Amino acid sequence: MLDFCGIALEHPIINGSGTFDAIAARRAFGDALLESFPFAAFVTKTVTVAPREGNPPPRLWEVAGGLINSIGLPNKGLHGFLAEDLPELAELPVPLIVNVMGFSRDEVAELVDAFTERDEVAALELNVSCPNVETGLVMGADPGEVAALLERVTPLTGKPLIVKLTPNAGDVPAVARAAEAAGASALSLINTLRGMALDPGTGQPWLGATTGGVSGPAVRAIALAQVYAVARAVEIPIVGMGGVQTPTDALNLLRAGADLVAVGTESFRDPAAGRRVAEGLGTIVANRT
Amino acid sequence: MTDERTLAPFGRRAAAVTWRARYGAYVVLGCADTGGPRPQAGQFYMLSAAERWGGGEGERPFLPRAFSVLRAPAGSPELEFLVEDVGPGTKRLAELREGDEVLLTGPLGVGFTPPRETRRPLLVGGGVGIAPLAILQDQLFPNAVPLLGFRDGAHAAGAELLIGARIATDDGSAGHHGLVSELLEAELARDSDVEVYACGPPAMLEAVRRECERRGVPAQLALESGMACGFGACFGCVVATRGGYLRLCLEGPVIDANQLAEVSAPEKQPAGATPANR
Ligand SMILES: Cc1cc2nc3c(=O)[nH]c(=O)nc-3n(C[C@H](O)[C@H](O)[C@H](O)COP(=O)(O)OP(=O)(O)OC[C@H]3O[C@@H](n4cnc5c(N)ncnc54)[C@H](O)[C@@H]3O)c2cc1C
Ligand SMILES: Cc1cc2nc3c(=O)[nH]c(=O)nc-3n(C[C@H](O)[C@H](O)[C@H](O)COP(=O)(O)O)c2cc1C
Ligand code: FES
Repeated sequence: MLDFCGIALEHPIINGSGTFDAIAARRAFGDALLESFPFAAFVTKTVTVAPREGNPPPRLWEVAGGLINSIGLPNKGLHGFLAEDLPELAELPVPLIVNVMGFSRDEVAELVDAFTERDEVAALELNVSCPNVETGLVMGADPGEVAALLERVTPLTGKPLIVKLTPNAGDVPAVARAAEAAGASALSLINTLRGMALDPGTGQPWLGATTGGVSGPAVRAIALAQVYAVARAVEIPIVGMGGVQTPTDALNLLRAGADLVAVGTESFRDPAAGRRVAEGLGTIVANRT
Repeated sequence: MTDERTLAPFGRRAAAVTWRARYGAYVVLGCADTGGPRPQAGQFYMLSAAERWGGGEGERPFLPRAFSVLRAPAGSPELEFLVEDVGPGTKRLAELREGDEVLLTGPLGVGFTPPRETRRPLLVGGGVGIAPLAILQDQLFPNAVPLLGFRDGAHAAGAELLIGARIATDDGSAGHHGLVSELLEAELARDSDVEVYACGPPAMLEAVRRECERRGVPAQLALESGMACGFGACFGCVVATRGGYLRLCLEGPVIDANQLAEVSAPEKQPAGATPANR
């Protein structure tokens, strides 16, 4: 067992938000999913206050070693999630981390408040990769924005707050330091990098939302560099992610300073990738000691 | 509604290619899925080649590709897939030989259901979309006459995969010179006490949907969309329905026609079809 912000975890591999839907996976794979659950904790897809349909299709474009997605955070909204999804997610054999995003500090506060009351939730992850509609600044791109947001929401909860940093920021370690100083319990990175693709036939943007986020092996080297830099800037624990496919990729993020590693896009290629990475990592570590 | 899909074993597994055959423009791969469950007609698998998946020109394919199961003979571990080479992923799969391995996850999604009331099943396929109709004929409707449409003679060779098919080709090189939807119109004019089971390109499915709607004939349509995962994880495969976006890999690929206002190519789905980005 390892300890992450007071949560006991069986191994250091979790999922990246939005890359594994445990409820859908249970419909496809049945209870076999629960018997060999691939992650040590389950992170939900981003929950917003209001329901969202998501972006118009097409939402996917494959690139060299990865993909660009413009999914657009479809979700049932806070009340739909509490009523329909939370009871099912509480049946998972691992701790639950709920990822939330608001378009204003008030919205984030509303989400943090609502989940603080729920015993099924072990921790919260704040997705700050969106603009604050009041200031127009991407919350996670600016140290001052992140500090102001956390000063507002940390007093509301006793649960660990993980801040998910965006790689689309000028100075990621500066944002990391601001989050730590304002009371973040942990940091997670990297989220996807902005990218786009043109339809080969028409020359127009392929994705329904024009641009999207790049993930997968294509971003692995960037993830390693950002985790390395952030680990040298802060003391709080780090969840490293970006392009992890193998136990060695996970080991490298741990060596760069991460405490946990999340598997994202690789789960699309292999639904049990998390378990494969966790088992392989366990073998590497056992052979070392 | 109860969810009666056949569940997939969790994770992806290796299966050896046991045989390969060419049917004109198409390749059929037989794979030994030892230990996997028998799929239902209309369900699909995510497939990749165990070797050289990712290292090709432009570093694609990277993600697995979705394939309807063409046939799953009872009492055998065999799964058959119909492959049309349209890009790097299908090209790599089409070049596999006996003894090579594929990695597969499945069966996934929901398949076809029996006809309503006393309706007679009518199978309509276009191009590579004939695949799920072969297993449908095997499992449920041995006597149904399929109506199949193809681009040309090389593709029409695929019609041998079904029993007793009537054919239309765009270029007139085999069967009726014209569209399969014209065969459907004639058939429905003769007898509309049928339920239509259709799979094919979006334009064909839209013609089928409109014709069935006009005549009040129920239809089950097996749709396609770009998929990254196949098991509901990415939300990338959504199609616009009257009730909003549906993940096709989870709620489909077979969709009741009356759930759709229109079948459109993914790249052409109207941006305002559903309230996006509220
Ligand atoms: C449920 C289901 C069942 C299917 N059953 C079958 C079957 O039985 N047999 C069969 O042959 N096919 C089947 N398909 C279609 C098959 O999955 C696709 O043809 C295949 O994914 C194409 O991959 P590719 O690499 O060969 O071609 P791609 O290069 O991926 O091209 C295919 C199409 O994808 C788009 N595209 C092009 N480049 C990209 C890119 N970089 N990223 C994203 N999209 C791109 C374009 O619209 C292009 O026409 C099925 C699909 C679904 C969803
Ligand atoms: C299809 C898709 C959807 C995602 N959805 C979310 C999301 O809802 N919230 C979030 O914080 N991150 C989301 N992410 C980002 C991932 O959690 C992760 O940070 C990123 O993909 C990098 O890891 P990877 O390369 O292993 O995928 C998404 C990524 C993908 C590919
Ligand atoms: S293909 Fe990923 S959700 Fe359907």
